[in-house]
Amino acid sequence: MQALTNRGKAVNRAPMTWAERLYLPSIFKGMAITFSHIFKKQPTIRYPEQTRPFSPVFRGLHVLNRDEEGRERCTACGLCAVACPAEAITMEAAERQNGEEHLYREEKYAAKYEINMLRCIFCGLCEEACPKDAIYLSETFAPANYARKGFIYGKEELLIPNPVTEKELLATAQGH
Amino acid sequence: MSLLAFDWLLFAEKLILIAIIVFASLGIALYTTFAERKVAAVLQDRPGPNRAGPLGLFQPFADGLKLIMKEEIIPNSSNKILFILGPGLAMTAALMTCAVIPWSSRVEFFGRSIELQIADINIGILYIFGVVSLGVYGIMIGGWASNNKFSLMAALRGASQAISYELALGLSLIAVLMLSGSLSLKSIVEEQMQPGNYWNIVYQPLGFLIYFICTLAECNRTPFDLPEAENELNFGYHQEYSSMKLGFYLFSEYINMIMSSAVMACLFFGGYDIPFLDESSLSTNLAAGLGFLALFAKIIFFIFLFMWIRWTIPRFRYDQLMNLGWKNMIPLALFNMLLTGALILWKAGV
Repeated sequence: MQALTNRGKAVNRAPMTWAERLYLPSIFKGMAITFSHIFKKQPTIRYPEQTRPFSPVFRGLHVLNRDEEGRERCTACGLCAVACPAEAITMEAAERQNGEEHLYREEKYAAKYEINMLRCIFCGLCEEACPKDAIYLSETFAPANYARKGFIYGKEELLIPNPVTEKELLATAQGH
Repeated sequence: MSLLAFDWLLFAEKLILIAIIVFASLGIALYTTFAERKVAAVLQDRPGPNRAGPLGLFQPFADGLKLIMKEEIIPNSSNKILFILGPGLAMTAALMTCAVIPWSSRVEFFGRSIELQIADINIGILYIFGVVSLGVYGIMIGGWASNNKFSLMAALRGASQAISYELALGLSLIAVLMLSGSLSLKSIVEEQMQPGNYWNIVYQPLGFLIYFICTLAECNRTPFDLPEAENELNFGYHQEYSSMKLGFYLFSEYINMIMSSAVMACLFFGGYDIPFLDESSLSTNLAAGLGFLALFAKIIFFIFLFMWIRWTIPRFRYDQLMNLGWKNMIPLALFNMLLTGALILWKAGV
């Protein structure tokens, strides 16, 4: 048959000689190779203590943003839910009452905001759809959980710490 | 009244020695499993078990606890008595070897000279052969009683492999016996310790090679691990075993490794002899302690060698195994035996 590429190698099919059938020279060669691996650097990353750095454009878990005064940016317009191809986002809107101006930036806010992390495909379309800069994808991923319920993230999990009242918490969350 | 004439102190001393050696072997075997995993990891550029305790040192206890806590399953169609007997026999045979190994010279203790060997019998090597052959019954009975095709196949493989390689093993030892003129392990070691005498490896390099390869086969270590070939026989003869019965089988393999390393060290590497040091210049107890450490270092080296080989080369095919055993090992061993005999006669000037 005509060779299709020039990468083919002829296989030596000659019967093994007596010395080869003792296998010893090849075994010693192999043992030298494995021994040299004792001194090689391990590529292992010891995971919980060490982590592999993510790229700055990594699309991980979502966060709900606050503005500089610590007010929630989300107005529950629902554009993220519309944009979501996996239909992972649900929300319930509510009207801001008098005296809640320090909590919510606009007159309307999300009373309930849930993302199902098992449905989410981390495409980032919600981030792009948001007119209020309220939702961002962070650089972490969802940790393992024992129940499906644990993967439905509500506002408690998603909202970032308040930059006015919880400065230290925010700093740790941002990795400083 | 004849009972009273018995040396009860000797009895107690031997009993303590047996207890120490058995428990020490179990403890060392425990850590040999750990060492196996660490060596495998290091040879493959990974860190190995490192979570349980500092450097993962408690890992063997976690493994042991896991095995004990597991459900004990005895298959319905198995032969129950033999099924339970199998692992026990494997373990007993593995531990029995330690009776004739000279662990060190002697210690002086409250004016009593205590030999650090359970029994210095003058047929030590024959005894080891006998016990090692018994070890095959553990595999055979386990595989047979499981009533499972794969287990039975593995058991048959194990038995035929052991028989083929025991021949070459014995023949390679005959050459050593010609040199030392004794079957007692103690006198073989003492002979190598004599000033002016070298270790037997110097006189018997080929014999050692054959003996080492056959020991690998006897211990069912890679490349001769056909009886427990995971990927073709589903773990072989211990496939139906669970819980500590499986643990016994796995453990007996490691104890076998330790014991055959010790025998190998005694036969070819001077046993408890410390190279380039005259033991008679030291006090008895110090010499015994250092001697034991020397033997222990040799054992550790051989165990590392076993592991190193395991994580280097793949398993032999069955026909390769048999060809190597019958067509290469036995002729080589016979040649070695004849050569040694001829050289001894030539040196004696006959």
